[in-house]
Amino acid sequence: MALTYTSREQIEVYRFSLPVTLIVPLMAIFLQVFLPLRLPFFAIFDLPLLVVIFFAMARRSQVAGLVTGAAIGLLQDSLVGAHHPLGLYGIAKTVVGYGASSLGVKLDVESVGTRFLVVIGFDVIHELIYFLIARGMVRLNMHWNWGHELESAFANAILAVFLFALMDRLKDRA
Amino acid sequence: MGRYRNVSFLAAAIFLQILGLAVQVKSPNENHPARLIRVWAVSAITPFEKGLVRVQSGASDLWHNYFYLRGVRQENRELRDQIEQLQIEQVRMKQDADQAHRLQSLLGFKEQFIAKTLAAQVIGSSGSEQSRTVTIDRGWDDGIRSDMAVISATGVVGKVISVFKNTAQVLLINDQQSGVGTILEQSRLQGVLKGKSSGELVIDKIMVDEEVKPGDRVLTSGGDQIFPKGLIIGNVDRIEKGPEFLQVTVRPTAALNRLEEVLVILKKEERDPALTATHVRASDILAERLPSVPDKPPVPTNAAGAATTAHAPLSPHVAHVQPVTASSEIPGQVKSTSAPVSGVAKPVSANPSNATGAVVGTKPATTSSTQTSKPAPKQPAPGTSKPIADSPSTQSQPSNPGDTPQ
Repeated sequence: MALTYTSREQIEVYRFSLPVTLIVPLMAIFLQVFLPLRLPFFAIFDLPLLVVIFFAMARRSQVAGLVTGAAIGLLQDSLVGAHHPLGLYGIAKTVVGYGASSLGVKLDVESVGTRFLVVIGFDVIHELIYFLIARGMVRLNMHWNWGHELESAFANAILAVFLFALMDRLKDRA
Repeated sequence: MGRYRNVSFLAAAIFLQILGLAVQVKSPNENHPARLIRVWAVSAITPFEKGLVRVQSGASDLWHNYFYLRGVRQENRELRDQIEQLQIEQVRMKQDADQAHRLQSLLGFKEQFIAKTLAAQVIGSSGSEQSRTVTIDRGWDDGIRSDMAVISATGVVGKVISVFKNTAQVLLINDQQSGVGTILEQSRLQGVLKGKSSGELVIDKIMVDEEVKPGDRVLTSGGDQIFPKGLIIGNVDRIEKGPEFLQVTVRPTAALNRLEEVLVILKKEERDPALTATHVRASDILAERLPSVPDKPPVPTNAAGAATTAHAPLSPHVAHVQPVTASSEIPGQVKSTSAPVSGVAKPVSANPSNATGAVVGTKPATTSSTQTSKPAPKQPAPGTSKPIADSPSTQSQPSNPGDTPQ
């Protein structure tokens, strides 16, 4: 697993066509709400989070990253249920989108090892932010379980390696 | 300023969302219509979910109903045997149930029953471990409203939390925000069943000195005003002792993570316990419907014996004996126990509130008690009175719709 720093000159910025920008997040959200019905273990994954990280790292624009994160997060919030306030996923994914795009500027995020570690880190950050807001502000009765969170982070990171390789084909050089 | 541009955007985005959260926390909109963004999101996603579920179930039906029929004959034979066994068992249980109803009636209990249900297909989930909800393919247009109970063939599933035009979201009982009033079948201990973040179900607030055994059935208590009393939730899986309270973990009988079809309880009703075996003579019904029918004429001495014979089944003794022989083969005939009950049911009629609260299904009970309370004026001529065995007029009354789905 090689982590390599890149200079500003080496950074490649990618962009995505409008259909890809719209369809991929919607598809991720659709699969996230549909697949756990047939495959209950799938609830451990967070496809919308992986899409946010991927788009943010590829575009390498912090504003684009946070806007993508906020939009996908709010859409996910709105599908979770009426008892779940809008904004919990929104805030967590906004921060992840911003952080992933900031990291994308500084690291070579094309390598498998970097992607694996970055996804683990952002998954934990995402869950932590969600937990803190849900517990501290919304007063939801939640419990933090390190074992489960790490398990979930690893599962997402493994999925991300394959998913990102697939989604690399959708990138256009800016 | 340009240096802090991105951070400013981040701060603004987070601030706006926190502000939105604060507004929602301050004024939870439980009874308000769904927020527009939810409506849009659900409208955008659910048509695809519905389509995919239909395609999937269509393909599955095609395979199972037309191609994969291996072993169907054998299964059919086994099911027939099973039906016979169950019919025999049903006769016995019906008698127990009738007895329970009679006792409830004597004690003036009211019972809740499910009057109307609607079948729905599960087409989506929350997709999150933090929230356990499912989306069903029925909504406002189908009569679904918030806080309706949702069950499956195997047990309690949850309650409706938000309703859209053609879909609705159901909060599962293993969600952390859920709470169901429960009662343990054996010990009759009551508590509140809640979900944990891991998806387990626990009953808390049971004192540590109470005795709870693994395997005990857990039923709804009806105390939450959402779920009718007596629906099965699950079985006690394990018990952990805390300093003050027991932590009782329950294994749900419904497969909450593999739901496909559910029933939404559209209507619950409360009634006096149905005295299913109530006997009303055809002549009494006629007399009630036609008040102009003259009172019973004086009975000639030689006819008195016949009249007595006709009324004899009203004696509890005879009535109790009759169903055993009559119903041993055909379960439907168990209802003939009603004859004895009509005599027993007299105290019910004495309670006006019970009488008025009765729904259609209980009418025979009220009628019969009326008959017993003032027998003289409405007594028809002995010749017109039907023997008890011929009184299917009450038996053949349409069964209550609520019984069917249960």
